[in-house]
Amino acid sequence: MSIWIKEDSKILVQGITGKQGTFHATKMAEYGTHVVGGVTPGKGGMNLDLGAYEVPIWNTMKEAITNSSADASVIYVPPRFAANAIIEAADAFYEVRGEGVIVCITEGIPTLDMIKASAHVANIEGVRLIGPNCPGIITPGKNGGCKIGIMPGHIHSKGRIGIVSKSGTLTYEAVAQTMSIDEGQTTCVGIGGDPVNGTGFIDCLSAFENDSDTVAVVMIGEIGGTAEEEAAEWVSKNMTKPVVGFVAGMTAPPGKRMGHAGAIISGGKGTAKEKVSAMESAGISCANDPSEIGKVLLKALENAGLR
Amino acid sequence: MCGQMNIHEYQGKQLFKMQGLPVQQGVHCKTIQEALDAYDSLGSEIVAVKSQIHAGGRGKGILYKPNTEDLVMEGGVKIAFNRDEVEKYTTSILGNKLVTKQTGPNGKIVKNIYIEAGCSIAHEYYLAILVDREMKMPLIMASTEGGMDIEEVAENTPEAIHKVHVDLSEGLLDSQITQLCNSLDLNETSTESFSKMIQGLFSLFVEKDCSMIEINPLVRTKNNDMVLLDAKVGFDENALFRHQDILEMRDLSEEEPTEVKAKDTGLSYVKLEGNIGCLVNGAGLAMATMDVIKLYGGEPANFLDVGGGANEEQVKTAFSIILDDPAVKGILVNIFGGIMRCDIIARGVIGATQALDLDVPLVVRLVGTNFEEGRKILSESNLNIHTAETLAEGAQKIVSLVRGGK
Repeated sequence: MSIWIKEDSKILVQGITGKQGTFHATKMAEYGTHVVGGVTPGKGGMNLDLGAYEVPIWNTMKEAITNSSADASVIYVPPRFAANAIIEAADAFYEVRGEGVIVCITEGIPTLDMIKASAHVANIEGVRLIGPNCPGIITPGKNGGCKIGIMPGHIHSKGRIGIVSKSGTLTYEAVAQTMSIDEGQTTCVGIGGDPVNGTGFIDCLSAFENDSDTVAVVMIGEIGGTAEEEAAEWVSKNMTKPVVGFVAGMTAPPGKRMGHAGAIISGGKGTAKEKVSAMESAGISCANDPSEIGKVLLKALENAGLR
Repeated sequence: MCGQMNIHEYQGKQLFKMQGLPVQQGVHCKTIQEALDAYDSLGSEIVAVKSQIHAGGRGKGILYKPNTEDLVMEGGVKIAFNRDEVEKYTTSILGNKLVTKQTGPNGKIVKNIYIEAGCSIAHEYYLAILVDREMKMPLIMASTEGGMDIEEVAENTPEAIHKVHVDLSEGLLDSQITQLCNSLDLNETSTESFSKMIQGLFSLFVEKDCSMIEINPLVRTKNNDMVLLDAKVGFDENALFRHQDILEMRDLSEEEPTEVKAKDTGLSYVKLEGNIGCLVNGAGLAMATMDVIKLYGGEPANFLDVGGGANEEQVKTAFSIILDDPAVKGILVNIFGGIMRCDIIARGVIGATQALDLDVPLVVRLVGTNFEEGRKILSESNLNIHTAETLAEGAQKIVSLVRGGK
C-alpha cells in the first residue's frame, strides 16, 4: 500500500498549458503517472500532447473531475491565482466525488491568501491539501508509479520506508539515503516550507502508522515554527513504527531568513537544536549530517528487528 | 523570493495616520537643519529624536563614528527638552553607526531621523500582530509589560503576554477586543480608545498584507488615550505585487547590497561571517550544507539557494555574488539535480570559473539527474575542480583545502 496516493491514482494538472505545467505534466506521464487531463480556463476542448500520450483540457475543475473521475490534482498556476485554484479544486472534488487530494507546487503565494485557502480546505471533510511550495508527493510502483510534482522520479524505488519533509532537495537526499541501504519508499511527501500550508507532519506520520506496508519513517524538518516539536510529542504518544530524522538549520543565525519564509527563528523558538532535542527525547534518532540518514535508519531498522 | 519587506518607523506612522490611528505629530528629517525646523514646527517643547534604521533595539543601541569606531553616544532614541538638545542629539546620530542587539556587530549607518512630539505617558504596553503558522491564523499579542525587551518577557513571564487568534472569515470580534482590554486592565476611557485603535490596526494588517506589526511601546497617556508610539511594520514580499504604494516605501540602502543583487536575479542569498562560500539548490539543502561545513570544523560564508530551475547564467551570477565577499577562501557547490540537470550545472561552474578567474579552491558535488555527465564534464575540463560523492565528503574536502591555504 501507500498513503493517500496509489500507484494508479488518476491525476489532473491545474495550469497544464503554462510552461511549468506542460513540462512537469510531461515528466509525470513519462514516469508512468496516470495524467488524465488538465485545466486552464479558456482552453477547454483542446488536447495537449504529453509525449507519452495526449490529454484533454477543461475550463473548470468541476467539468474535469466529472469527466475524468480524477483522484487528485496538482497545481502549477502562478502565485497570485494559486489560492483560488486550491479553493476551486477543493469545492469541485467535494461536490463531484466527496473526496480528493490537491497538491500545490506553486512557490510565492501571499500568506494571507494561504490562510484563507487552507481554512477553506480544512472545513471540507475528505479533501486534503499538500503544500504549497513543495516538491509534491510520490508513490513509486513496480513499473514507474504515481509521481505528483517536480521531484526526479528515477531516484525512487518501491519499498517500505515512508518519507515526510519540509524541504525539496533534502527530500531527494533522504530518498537517496534510503536507497544507499537498499530500502525503497512507500510514499514520499513534501509538505512545503511556507509559513502556512495544508498537510502537516502529524497527518503524514499518522497515515504512515496506519499504512500496512510502511515499516519506518524518515522525517526531515527545518528551523522555524514548532511543527517538529509537536510532531515529536505525537510520535512519543502514538507511533509504534521507528522514526528517524534530520533538521536543517543548526548554523542559521537567529533572525535571518533562509529562503523559506517559514524558516524564521522568532524569540528563540523553533531553533534546530530545540527541534532535535524534542525529537530525540521522543525516541526519534536524528542524523547530524544528511549523508548519515541511511546509517541512522539502518540502525533503527536493526533495533526493531526489521533487518 | 519568500520574505518580508521592512519599512522605517516614520513610514509606518504615515500609514497609521492615513488609517486614522492615534500617533503623535512627527517629521522625517535627513539633516540637522531639517530637524531644527521640525522642532520649531511641531510646537511641542519636549520631542523624541529617533534614529531610523531597519532594526529593533534602537533605544538601547550605541552610536559610533563609522571609521574610527569611537563611541559617540549611548541610545539611538533620545528625549530632547529644548532646541539645543535636538541639535546635539541629531548631530550625534546622523551619519554615525548605530549598533543594536538586532543589527549585528557591524551596525547600520543612520541616514534618517524622526522628530516626534512628546507625550505624557501613564503606562507602556506591548502590542503585535503577526501570523501564527501553527494555528494558520493572524495572532494579536498584547502585554502590560511594554517598553522593554519583549523576548525576555516571553521567556520569563509568558503568562504576561495575552494572545488572541483571529479567524479571517469572521474578522476581529467584539468579544475578542473586550478580552484584550480586560487582560490589559484598561479603564472605560482607554477601552474605548483601544477598541477603535485595534480594529483599525487589524484592518491595516489585512488590507496591506503585513507579515508583522509590532508596537513597543503602545502607550496610555495621562488622559487615558492610547497612542502608537512605535511602529515596526513588515510586509509579505509575496503580496507586494498588489501594493504599489508599499513597494514605493522600500529603502534599498537599508538592505545588504549583495542580497539585493541576488534577489534581482532570482537567487536567495544571505551573507554570514565565515570563509567557505556555498552554492546549493533548495533552501533546506542549503541550510544542511552550512550545518555540515560547520560539523567538520569550517565556517560558512553565506547561504545561497539557486532555486529549482537555475540556468548557466544564474550559476555564473551566483559565483560572482559569493566572490564579492572578500572573506571567501573556498567554495563548495552542492547540487541535487531534480528539474535541474547536473550537466548544465557543470557547464555553468566551468563557465564561471573561467570568466571570473577563480583563484580559491572549489569542491563540487553533483547528484541526481545526469550526474555522470556532469562529473565527466568537470573532470575533462582540466580545471582545478575537486569533486565529491557525498555532502560529508564535499564538506571535509573544502574545509581541509581552505585550512591548507591553497
